[in-house]
Amino acid sequence: MPRLVISGNYAQSYAARLARVQVISAYPITPQTSIVEKLAEFVASGEFPAQYVKVESEHSALQVCVSAAALGARTYTATSSQGLLLMHELLHWASGLRAPIVMGVVNRAVAPPWNIGADHTDTIAQRDTGWIQFYAESNQEVLDTVLQAYRLAEDLAVRLPVMVTEDAFYLSHTVEPVDVPDQSAVDAFLPARSPRGVLEPGVPSRVGSFTGPDHYVEFRRQVARGMEAVLPTLEVVEEEFRRQIGRSHGGPLPRYRTEGADVVLVTMGTMSTTARKVVDELRAEGQKVGLAKLRLFRPFPILELRALGRTVDRLGVVDRSYTFGGLGATATEVRSALYGMPQVPHVSSFLAGIGGRDVTPGMVRRMFDALLTGQPPEVSWVDLNPELEVAVHG
Amino acid sequence: MAKLTIPRQELMHPGHAACPGCAPALAMRLLLKGLGPRTIVSVPACCWTVIATPYPTTALGVPMLDNPIEATGASLSGLRAAADALGYHDLNIVGFAGDGGTADIGLQALSGMLERETDAIYVMYDNEAYMNTGVQRSGATPLGAWTTTTPVTGGNRGKAEMKKDVMAIVLAHRPPYAATLNPSFPEDFVRKVEKARDLKGPRFLHVFTPCPPGWKYSSEETIEIGRLATDTGVFPLYEVVDGKCRITRSAHQLKPVREYLKSQGRFAHLTDDEIAAVQVQVQAAWDRLLAFERASTEPPSHGVTPTGPPARAAPPALPA
Repeated sequence: MPRLVISGNYAQSYAARLARVQVISAYPITPQTSIVEKLAEFVASGEFPAQYVKVESEHSALQVCVSAAALGARTYTATSSQGLLLMHELLHWASGLRAPIVMGVVNRAVAPPWNIGADHTDTIAQRDTGWIQFYAESNQEVLDTVLQAYRLAEDLAVRLPVMVTEDAFYLSHTVEPVDVPDQSAVDAFLPARSPRGVLEPGVPSRVGSFTGPDHYVEFRRQVARGMEAVLPTLEVVEEEFRRQIGRSHGGPLPRYRTEGADVVLVTMGTMSTTARKVVDELRAEGQKVGLAKLRLFRPFPILELRALGRTVDRLGVVDRSYTFGGLGATATEVRSALYGMPQVPHVSSFLAGIGGRDVTPGMVRRMFDALLTGQPPEVSWVDLNPELEVAVHG
Repeated sequence: MAKLTIPRQELMHPGHAACPGCAPALAMRLLLKGLGPRTIVSVPACCWTVIATPYPTTALGVPMLDNPIEATGASLSGLRAAADALGYHDLNIVGFAGDGGTADIGLQALSGMLERETDAIYVMYDNEAYMNTGVQRSGATPLGAWTTTTPVTGGNRGKAEMKKDVMAIVLAHRPPYAATLNPSFPEDFVRKVEKARDLKGPRFLHVFTPCPPGWKYSSEETIEIGRLATDTGVFPLYEVVDGKCRITRSAHQLKPVREYLKSQGRFAHLTDDEIAAVQVQVQAAWDRLLAFERASTEPPSHGVTPTGPPARAAPPALPA
């Protein structure tokens, strides 16, 4: 197993190659572009026999994957921010057609104003499209999760598309040592896609179709059933990955030092690394704090959250995104998950790291302090600069 | 007895959901006769979404994939890529899209598919408005036509703009084959489909498909109106192979366009002066087509043909 020092973007490219994807569609957008550039290199060199389709938009990028998947191919594409928003219509098509596409998404802020920094608003806004959503913390996790994502997406109980996201620049353009598994190990873990449920040449059928209320509800319910199968399937997939490849990323909600913790922060993506360090500092100071990293946003790991909620007094949920006119999206999900428990922990919503603003150890400490010393406001824009706020509004 | 040139095999079934006299239904029937069973059809939102009948039935004897209205070109690229990856080397990959889904909202994906030289056949069936949504004007609606969004009232005279020339847009991409087809001329129709089938690369078929409810005429007149469209020069039949044009139904004398316009309620409001203006435009377009055909038979001294650029030349070899 070679160890390469590569970016999160290249981790996506290597994973797609190891997964032996058959059709790749490619359209550039910063900071995603180096994913498809690396794949272009692999294909052009002759070492990777995928069909590489250079499209004229993200909308077409996803349509290429949807149609190719409908005929039975294993497909991959990648995008970010505005490109993902342009794909929105096709996201619904992918899940509705049960197309097991895996897509890399580099989480980037949404315009206006133009901003290419890390921000989860692009993917959070796709919550209801029927895609499984993973948020990665490291380049190793990116690579491993893409491989797991194909097993999950193509599982006949699931048959749904998956986004594997990574924070812009913190992962997309930062190099880290990554263990790249041998092709033979990946082949054993990830066999070829089952041809079930696809267009078959010569056999009359209609894929997509239209229905009235007589069938439509049941079509939607089937997608929901696929989502319900994700968590039990993920458990099997992760266990096999651990046995065969030798790593685990701890399920949908890996915890850190939550034993005996009164206060726990829930984070996603790269800020988890920073928060873990702050947990260590506060624990050294005698504070009973811990961290839960939300690795899977859709489906939402409700039971895992409730298990956590049984043992803590206060939860702070950090969203690297915003929902105008409400709490952070993840905070809302967490509150919803905990509703009805006998002793519901208080849930505070923190918005931080938006538009690529660094989430520093100091900021994480302020969030913990607010939780430890009382109940913070329902929702706090943690790193807001009030003077600048006045300036931008004139 | 004349030899029957149209295959007998039916790959479109009775029981489809088209209106009486629907030319798009006839176009699909003739198309599949020409293509045969090793075909996959990708269909965007359009009349054919409905005509093909709801789940769990289908009116086609070949696989059909639904795609969103603006994405047919991309769907063809995806299907071809998958066919290549999976070793299906005998498949016709075919898009069947309306004029709105092609000339308007789908133009970008069509252009992308043509430019990246996807090996597929794109069919635009042109009923000259958004018919499935109830007759709204599209870029392919002709000048003067009534639609629900170009009402003839308050001094308005139907559509105020010209019909978009989709063939010219397609020819600007220098495809190996592009042709106009009309189900009122079934032998010519099927011959062109078979010709397209046997070529490689991006092929484009512009099919003229009258619509009884949208054009306001009686459903038994579809074939006659289709013939009038070609015989008046409103919809000439031609094909462009590697940039060279050939008119496949020639006319020494075009019929007056008035005969065509007066056959449909959507043009009923047009005055003699307005009809004369349409006649001038139709004649000018016909003259341009004749010049394009003439230029196609002459030695290539001019370089550029009147209505289309020269055929795609092999790209120059890069220095080693």
